[in-house]
Amino acid sequence: MTVRLVIRAAGPGVTIQDGGRRGWARWGVTGCGAMDPTAFRLANRALGNDAEAAAIEISLGGVEVGVEGGSVAVAVAGGAFDLRLDGRRLPDAVALRLEPEARLSIRVGAGGAWTYLAVAGGLDLPPVLGSRATHVRSGLGGLDGRGLRAGDRLTLLAPRDVVRGPVALEPDPLMAAAAAVRVMLGPQDDLFEPAEIAAFLGRTWTVSPHSDRMARALVGEPLRHRGGHDIVSDAVAQGAIQVPGSGLPFVLTADRQPTGGYPKIATVIGVDLGRMAQIRPGETVRFAAVSRDEAVAARRAAAERQAAAVRTTPIGGGDAVAADLADLNLVSGVVDARAATEG
Amino acid sequence: MVPLRFLDSGECMVVVEFGSTVDPVLNERVLALDAMVRRAAIPGVVETTPTFRSLAVQYEPLIVSREALVARLGELESAAEVTARPARRWTFPCCYEAPHGEDLVEVAARLAMSPERLVALHGAGALRVHMYGFSPGFAYLGGLAAELAASRRAHPRPPHPADAVMIAGGLAAIAPLPMPTGWWVLGRTPEKMFVADRDPAFLVAVGDEIRFEAIDAATFTALAAQAATGIPVARVEAKP
Repeated sequence: MTVRLVIRAAGPGVTIQDGGRRGWARWGVTGCGAMDPTAFRLANRALGNDAEAAAIEISLGGVEVGVEGGSVAVAVAGGAFDLRLDGRRLPDAVALRLEPEARLSIRVGAGGAWTYLAVAGGLDLPPVLGSRATHVRSGLGGLDGRGLRAGDRLTLLAPRDVVRGPVALEPDPLMAAAAAVRVMLGPQDDLFEPAEIAAFLGRTWTVSPHSDRMARALVGEPLRHRGGHDIVSDAVAQGAIQVPGSGLPFVLTADRQPTGGYPKIATVIGVDLGRMAQIRPGETVRFAAVSRDEAVAARRAAAERQAAAVRTTPIGGGDAVAADLADLNLVSGVVDARAATEG
Repeated sequence: MVPLRFLDSGECMVVVEFGSTVDPVLNERVLALDAMVRRAAIPGVVETTPTFRSLAVQYEPLIVSREALVARLGELESAAEVTARPARRWTFPCCYEAPHGEDLVEVAARLAMSPERLVALHGAGALRVHMYGFSPGFAYLGGLAAELAASRRAHPRPPHPADAVMIAGGLAAIAPLPMPTGWWVLGRTPEKMFVADRDPAFLVAVGDEIRFEAIDAATFTALAAQAATGIPVARVEAKP
């Protein structure tokens, strides 16, 4: 029997995402992909999946899922959401085996705006322009180009039940809160006076409720441009911070338009994209400028950490679960002998 | 000639900036470098995005350093041949009549000309695809008659229809997917610039030319039905 993940309830903002749609920006196609790449990759890595395999991204609206036709291992990571398996509270980052009739609920918790539900073996959805990432505005990817809703059933590619009891996943240090989100200045920092750049870095900004997968809109004392606030449109990197005529910056995130016509004062460095995205509307953020060398060094350190197996801790006495996961990660994503489709 | 600038947007994107204006000569240099970079298949380069006046190069700095990448881009730019790129000339049917030309009368009034004259000027010239952006298959076209330089709307209008043919800020555009917009909708084309599961998914290359040919509403309906079955309705020839 085919194993399916069943969406029993879903708030707004629940979409299929993967590592992103690369190579199509030249045609106006948005990159999409996970808002918090570090957390997304942790959930996949914990199951021995390809680190960029399609997973379910969940926002503040939450979700409740079950499985039918067999059991499957799943992992959840990202933010501090309220996770419960049949009502029993779980850690923020966890891997477990989801059995038929069990209900896994993921609700808004103590912190964070995005969490990821990865499934061992991956979701059977057709890639569109090379990716399963959903872009709701253009109706591309995921499940029919839309957000998930109650009643949706997602067929699993090669379900594996490699995990038994729930185990807590050790989060990457990048998933902890930090005093500041690190940026590199530019590419249009020359369109701002030094005092305005100092003000951008010195002020505390509040994330506006008008924030979504396109951008984190910031509220605070407006910045002034040196000249006009229009430039001839050019490409927009993930994490670029645009300053439109209002003087209030926007941090452009996964669903940004691929080109834009406002000056970009700075760009969030790659390893801090998740930290930026996890800041909820109403919460504050400060920025700290780093050099390119510092950005690359942080990227290298993260890549080295994430090449190692995910460290796990059994919950409530546990069994051989941690050993199972360690075995799995040693084979680094290769489907092991237990991978045969169940049911 | 303005010297090239290499601007960082984070540690994974370097933007090769040729200038700061909308200019077909700059744009040809962008496209020539883009073609060279694609052909060179530099390890670590993830994708390139050509725009009016710059080429953004997305890369993985743990595979190729910024220094090595910029040196290579400089070499390729010196060797790039601006004239070597083939281009095509398209004729796109466009219906300016009601109900398709939603903003035609309003923008004609703003430009102090009759709708007939606006349509004639819009269809008179060969427009050039300078870049894509904004949404999938949204093509920015340059070469519009100077008299048609209507400024953008102060406030966006509700979503335009699919396959809208629009003008604003001295440029023209074809916009496949309905979106709120600050542009003015002159008409609609029955052709599909973008179909995700078609090969090619995107019809018109950057650097190609497009001329619009007025059709009536009945012809629009017939051609749209034809386009929906996958048969192209725009005509194409090699650019002389």
